[in-house]
Amino acid sequence: MSAVITPRTDSPEAPAASPETSAWSRWANEHRKWLFAAPAMAFVAVLIIFPVAWTGYLSLTDAEGSVRAESEFIGFQNYLDVLTDTDRFWPAVWRTVLFTSVVLFFEVVLGMAIALLLWRPFRGEKWVRVAILLPLVATPVAVGMMWRLIFDPNIGMANQLLGWIGIGPQPWLAGQHSALPTTMFIDIWQWTPMVVLILLAGLTALSDEPQEAARIDGASSWQRFRHVTLPLLMPTVIVAILLRGIDALKTFDILYATKGRGGGSFHEVETLNVYAYGLSFDYNDYGVSSTVLIIFFLIIIGVMWALTYRKKGLGR
Amino acid sequence: MRRRSIIGTSLAVVTAMSLAACGGGDGGEGSKTLRVTLVNHVWTENIKKALPEFEKQSGLKVEVTQLGEDQLSDQYNVKLNAGSSDLDVMMYRPLQEGKQFGKNKYLADLSEKAKSDSAFEFGDFQAGPVQATTYDNKIVGLPIITEQEVLYYRKDLLAKSGFTAPPKTLDELKAQAAKVEADNPGVAGFVARTGKAAAVTQFSSFLFSFGGDFVDASGKATVNTEQAKQAYAYYGGLLRDHGPENISTDMSWSEAMAIFTQGKAAFYTEANSLYKNATDPTKSKVVDTVGFAAFPAGPAGSKPYNIPSWALGVNDNSENKDNAWKFIQWAAGKEQALAQQVAGVPGARASVWANPAGTASYPKDLAEANTVSTANGVGHDRPLVVKVAEAREIVGQPIVDAITGKDAASSADAANTAFQKFLDDEAK
Repeated sequence: MSAVITPRTDSPEAPAASPETSAWSRWANEHRKWLFAAPAMAFVAVLIIFPVAWTGYLSLTDAEGSVRAESEFIGFQNYLDVLTDTDRFWPAVWRTVLFTSVVLFFEVVLGMAIALLLWRPFRGEKWVRVAILLPLVATPVAVGMMWRLIFDPNIGMANQLLGWIGIGPQPWLAGQHSALPTTMFIDIWQWTPMVVLILLAGLTALSDEPQEAARIDGASSWQRFRHVTLPLLMPTVIVAILLRGIDALKTFDILYATKGRGGGSFHEVETLNVYAYGLSFDYNDYGVSSTVLIIFFLIIIGVMWALTYRKKGLGR
Repeated sequence: MRRRSIIGTSLAVVTAMSLAACGGGDGGEGSKTLRVTLVNHVWTENIKKALPEFEKQSGLKVEVTQLGEDQLSDQYNVKLNAGSSDLDVMMYRPLQEGKQFGKNKYLADLSEKAKSDSAFEFGDFQAGPVQATTYDNKIVGLPIITEQEVLYYRKDLLAKSGFTAPPKTLDELKAQAAKVEADNPGVAGFVARTGKAAAVTQFSSFLFSFGGDFVDASGKATVNTEQAKQAYAYYGGLLRDHGPENISTDMSWSEAMAIFTQGKAAFYTEANSLYKNATDPTKSKVVDTVGFAAFPAGPAGSKPYNIPSWALGVNDNSENKDNAWKFIQWAAGKEQALAQQVAGVPGARASVWANPAGTASYPKDLAEANTVSTANGVGHDRPLVVKVAEAREIVGQPIVDAITGKDAASSADAANTAFQKFLDDEAK
């Protein structure tokens, strides 16, 4: 980066500044874009780069028990152990991918449907909008605990409701195979409104003319959506997918609040994040935990890169 | 010139602000504010009520942070790992974190303070608990709560099914649970913890009563002995056959206790220190019908655990150790120990147990059950290792496998192999 050269503005009448001040001021002036960005850069360095680098370093050691205890540098041994672990690591990767793709699919489809419904003014839309946004403002941990009560197999409301319509009690979160789908449902319930918000903002920003033209040409509402609205809205959809996708990958609070440590006794909902947390906080295996987190970090970077690359392609 | 002065001024402002942000923080040595971290427990509720008295006599201000068990251990993990000094007094589990904290030198050595204080009378503490709060021959904690496993049951349901007394043996327990369940649709015969790690401690009494243990005298894993396999099959089978419908495998004491206190189960095996949850009208629907009995005997007799479940220690990095000791001196002292015991929390001081007032407030049958358990008790309820959480997950696997109908015996074999490997790794 070249320094910015600014024209001298001091006039002859100006009182002479002390030589130190003027030298300092000149230097400050020449480097001002760096100077003003410095606090933000320091912030990023301290809060993001350092922890990631430290995690990277820990992943190459056998740190356990206490971070302050002596640990040995063991190279990529942890990576070898983790990547060959078919017992906990790969199932966790699979659950993470499954969880993310399922919730993302439903959140985007449902979000789109609801946004389209709310797009045109109708009576009572204010109330409907408030009701739809309610899940979004609740704390995920509280949401998790609330659904845990609702889904309690013995005293929960969900099974009572099913009982009234003649369906037998379901295990929900308690079932080995139904736990993950139930947590997906909770995530969809909580985060679809965010997708609605983003898409609605995108829809209201669209111009009416293409819609009008299509209507005059006799296009059905499905055709108008498929060939006019959707293509125009695509950049917004990608933004929604990007934001929600990264968030869904990192989901922790809902899983922890509903199934506790380790994602349940059979690790039914143990995603990468829950697994890494358990390695650190239950097993105190800081080296292995850091390894899982670094791999997870690389996965997220990869997904982000792929999505933004796709977005650029669409933006053209 | 003008532009230069603007930049100069802005920089000065930014610098001043960032410097100001670095300031703050209060006194170091012997601060008057004492930070005490406690767990959600009946003991904590009682001590909080008595705190003003301590603050008045000591002139200290006590800041209590109260957390659930899991959050508490996370908090300790983060803060102690970081070498933080903003924890002074810590309530911890000697059998869960004791070795780990000792090994990492997280706990201050209190030997001199405890032994030199004649009013505190360290010799009054029972030997078992003291052993658990001693690391490397140093006293690092003072036991405040002891626990034994007892049987909680519903007198009314037993009477309705024609039983005049609670079960004396595990066979009778199974038979009575089956009968009561059959007579009362919608009520489970038996409930207990089902979470893989959470259940281990309550399962231990079953294991001991069948004649098993987690490790043998030479330190070898023994969770696949015939006795252990029978215990796993019994505990898991009882929950599977006579537990709540759609049983979850995530229950800790709070979930299991809720089922019992909502009137949805006839029998429940749990720590006696939690009995107030069943007899407190604000928390329980079965206040008038709950009964207590000693742990039913298995082939090896009635062998419930008898352990120090919680202790108070001081963070080795605390800059307020003298005041922290003052708090422990009071909270683990004779007077408070008696008050706690009267309020229903079993303590670790011999004098309190010897004092009739110490057990007068207990339900009569619970006091009797406690006496039996103290006499036959086993001094641990989980594998005594450094990484207890991981060990609990390994030895707890056959429990959840048995609950979900898998073969407990082959699961116990697999668990034993994994547990032996774990022990070997830890011995390195």
